[in-house]
Amino acid sequence: MSAEAIRVPGRREPRAMFIHQLRSEQLVFWRSREAAFFIFLFPLLLFLLLGSVYSGRFQGVPPSWAVLAGLIGYGCANTAFAGLAIQIVIRRENGILKRLRSTPLPPATYVMALLVSTLLVFALQTAALFLLGRVLYGTPFPPDWGSFVATVVIGAGAFAALGTATASVIRSAEGSSAVVNFILLPMAFLTGAFGPAHGYPTFLRAIGDVLPLKYFVKLVNAVYLHGHGFWTQPEALAVLGAWGAAGLVFTIFKFRWEPTER
Amino acid sequence: MGRVYASSPMPAIEVSGLRKAYGSLEAVRGVDFTIEEGEVFGLLGPNGAGKTTTVEILEGYRKRDAGEVRVLGHDPERPGPEYRERIGVVLQQSQLWPNLTVRETHVIFAGYYRAPRDVDEVIALVGLRDKADARVKSLSGGQKRRLDLGIALVGDPDLVFLDEPTPGFDPAARRAAWEMIRSLRSLGKTVLLTTHYLDEAEQLSDRVAVLREGLIVRVGTPAELTSVDLQTEIRYRRNGEEVLVRTDEPTRVLAELTSAAVARGEELEGLQVRRPSLEEVYLALTAEEEEVEA
Repeated sequence: MSAEAIRVPGRREPRAMFIHQLRSEQLVFWRSREAAFFIFLFPLLLFLLLGSVYSGRFQGVPPSWAVLAGLIGYGCANTAFAGLAIQIVIRRENGILKRLRSTPLPPATYVMALLVSTLLVFALQTAALFLLGRVLYGTPFPPDWGSFVATVVIGAGAFAALGTATASVIRSAEGSSAVVNFILLPMAFLTGAFGPAHGYPTFLRAIGDVLPLKYFVKLVNAVYLHGHGFWTQPEALAVLGAWGAAGLVFTIFKFRWEPTER
Repeated sequence: MGRVYASSPMPAIEVSGLRKAYGSLEAVRGVDFTIEEGEVFGLLGPNGAGKTTTVEILEGYRKRDAGEVRVLGHDPERPGPEYRERIGVVLQQSQLWPNLTVRETHVIFAGYYRAPRDVDEVIALVGLRDKADARVKSLSGGQKRRLDLGIALVGDPDLVFLDEPTPGFDPAARRAAWEMIRSLRSLGKTVLLTTHYLDEAEQLSDRVAVLREGLIVRVGTPAELTSVDLQTEIRYRRNGEEVLVRTDEPTRVLAELTSAAVARGEELEGLQVRRPSLEEVYLALTAEEEEVEA
């Protein structure tokens, strides 16, 4: 995105403010190489790596298909949970959130723009995963786009709520990446986002069984690999909804605009 | 710009009986002051005196425990977008997006206001024209502070809050920042300046309030503060010994001393008459407590 892409909106309508903020968020995101690499490119690189290592069949489909479904799950958590949490902590601790609060930008517009911007990055990443999979491994596109988009929005919403909640408990910008990945990477392994977790010890699988990523991957598998409607998975929807609601409630009570007092 | 002012002048800021405690610590213990439109008002005091708490209540960041506060006719505790349209804030410490350019950062902030100033004009005003396309992370500390000022001005505010605008600046950078703050006055802005640098308050402010332990111990123009509070010092040497006279009536004392010397046919060697600097007044004001305790 080039510098010319953002402009001062002429009128200060809510929608103009939202579009302005969304463009600003996109500029900030893509201009930071670290974020663009770790958030956007990393799941694509993992797909290149993991797409070719397994053989046989997973879930009744070629392994590369299942790996793609798992990485959509991981990418969603990586973007909406980890990326969002890290960005919020850095902005809060640097005083950007506090600074923005003194402007006429409504907090709700800011939060919406940040969430939509995050979702946009994830949507581009998912599209890139599908194209890469198509070209390299012959993976299919989703059989029902409507159900797939709904799945992605539900997952991104739940993980974004958990991301903002986690941001509220992290105290320093320096430690944010470590803390978030300390949660995300074990979660990805335990829930089978990086490959089947059937062979893991029982207690590890028990931990995986309560984590939201497991249910999101399950939902993606059902919708993408098996062509079911997203509504056919009430258990997965309920668990994701519960985690999302818990994250939202925690965020409402614990969210801070100002840097941590030291 | 066609801005319409109220026909009868209204104070930009009115504060009375302001109190704020954090737990058992009373940060602000009953503060009153009024800032007129177009005035540069300095809030001076040591760390922990309650400056930042006071300013953050006015900016709308904190709720007060007691007291009346009106800022531009609004209660900052219930600040609508209308209020935020009219204020500009330079926080004590804030960093912006390191990978954006100076111009991009200004454009983002300009987009939050109904009638922003021209972005390039503001960049020129804060002296960053040569750095307009430079990344924020490549700026020096002083340049970053100017960027903070630029984004505070881009919404064309009527009231600007400057919290410690020149920390750790070298003398040249400080002079440049002062020039910029003076230019705000010529634009008709009201400025609330917080600082613990006395020379800064003395150079820039129309009036200064000295805050100590959550209370205002003195308000006035820098000249009033220095003339009222401490006695004038008269120094000279007599028979090689230094003589120091402190007095509230320098004219009379000086007349007596000089006429006596003239009558004796002597010269008052090394005669000096000086008023205390704001720094001495400030040190005296902020040290009173310890003297009482001692």
